Amino acid sequence: MSSIIPADLRYTESHEWARAGDDGIVVVGITDHAQRLLGDLVFVEIPEVGRVVTAAEGCAVVESVKAASDVYSPLDGVIVEVNEALADNPELINQDPYGEGWIFRIKTTSTLDGLLDPAAYEAVAAADEDEDEDAGTLANPKLVD
Amino acid sequence: MAHLSHRDYSAMAKRTPLYARHAALGAKLVDFGGWDMPLHYGSQIEEHHRVRRAAGLFDVSHMTIVDFADPAPTRALLRRLLANDVARLYPGKALYTCMLNEAGGVIDDLIVYDRGEIGYRLVLNAATRGKDLAWIAPLADRFGAAWRERDDLAMLAVQGPEALAKLESVLGANTVASVRALKPFHALEADSLFVARTGYTGEDGVEIMPPAAEAPAFWDRALATGVAPCGLGARDTLRLEAGMHLYGSDMDETTTPLVSGLGWTVAWAPEDRDFVGRAALERQRAAGVPQTLIGLVLEERGVLRGHQQVYDGEREIGLTTSGTFSPTLNRAIALARVATGIGDRCRVEIRGKRLPARVVKPAFVRHGRSLID
Repeated sequence: MSSIIPADLRYTESHEWARAGDDGIVVVGITDHAQRLLGDLVFVEIPEVGRVVTAAEGCAVVESVKAASDVYSPLDGVIVEVNEALADNPELINQDPYGEGWIFRIKTTSTLDGLLDPAAYEAVAAADEDEDEDAGTLANPKLVD
Repeated sequence: MAHLSHRDYSAMAKRTPLYARHAALGAKLVDFGGWDMPLHYGSQIEEHHRVRRAAGLFDVSHMTIVDFADPAPTRALLRRLLANDVARLYPGKALYTCMLNEAGGVIDDLIVYDRGEIGYRLVLNAATRGKDLAWIAPLADRFGAAWRERDDLAMLAVQGPEALAKLESVLGANTVASVRALKPFHALEADSLFVARTGYTGEDGVEIMPPAAEAPAFWDRALATGVAPCGLGARDTLRLEAGMHLYGSDMDETTTPLVSGLGWTVAWAPEDRDFVGRAALERQRAAGVPQTLIGLVLEERGVLRGHQQVYDGEREIGLTTSGTFSPTLNRAIALARVATGIGDRCRVEIRGKRLPARVVKPAFVRHGRSLID
């Protein structure tokens, strides 16, 4: 089961995707590979609009029935919009991780050049696939922090 | 996101007789107590709903089955070994009980079946197998109770309001009629099949223990009736909604049944039955049981997990032992061990924030219906 890795996006080793838009606005979400590993999502803690974030800073949390995982900002910037629909419908991330399941938009002066291209992310996901089994117990999943 | 997972390759995981079926269905397989087991077959939440609304099929062959052949010495052994009293049993009846150490801590929880002249059957957890057998073996020797592990048997659970109807074409109408006549926590044996009206979901249904070689055919016939294959993920959310305990999370060797919401499983009478752990439990009872196991319902959005701190005002009063998002109730629920005397409200700390929760009896859903509203 290989996951979808759109060619027009950039990625992080921690499984976020980033899409450059107009005016230095970058849309961020988690990858198809990540949502598959997490399983059914049941809660998303979204950041506040206006929050200043730095690259690799945890600024959202996605929780599945199994575990909670931080979502890291891929870039330095300011959160300018969050996907409010996730509050009632966290499963949008499972259903459409690169579309309706986007998590936040940041305004940034950085480019995406430092992020992984699709081929590099595919290698990250493939390496991860080999260890695609959780060490935590079902009732006490290993919380990722 | 960070490292999503990692795997311990130190031991080769064991596989049930249905492993090939799980793989063919595309199950996400995970290590559970040393076994390669299906976590889900696509959507854990969908599987959960199928059990609440229709019927689901679980492979629970990882469970440890131990048979004792000789009723008389076994009865004496089990009255010493187990905190509940097998004297309450009669042929065909099952009993849920804890097995304690001398300090009253829970070594394991298990079900014991009275099989009349055939003897007794114990079903223990998978992850505790080694220590359980090491604990039981010397005592069984002392009582002259011969036993053997039944790793030649598989174990499947069919659970849900439609479970028995679906089983008619699998077991035959006559057998199912006999199963329907069974009260909960009773079992019958038909040919090579052992069928018990037990389960871990809070729904009607059965647990079946066929010979391992017959398990794949049974599995296929059950799926052909439209019963949904369900993984251990749904099993965990179903059992927690039902308020059923998970060994290692809700109780372990450091906790007694009395602080784990399992006091009802301790048979105090007759007073002269000297079961292992009795003296410790009596001391705890006399001194006053310091903690209690409660149910929690989170009043805001979020997900409760095990090991979260519970507060009464500013005072930390305990920890959650199991928590999850309840698919049936569409909100977070948990079991928590807290100081006795808690009111009907508390707060649970999630990532540094203390969110309000309601205190309820530790059973949230039964037979598809909410018990908390």
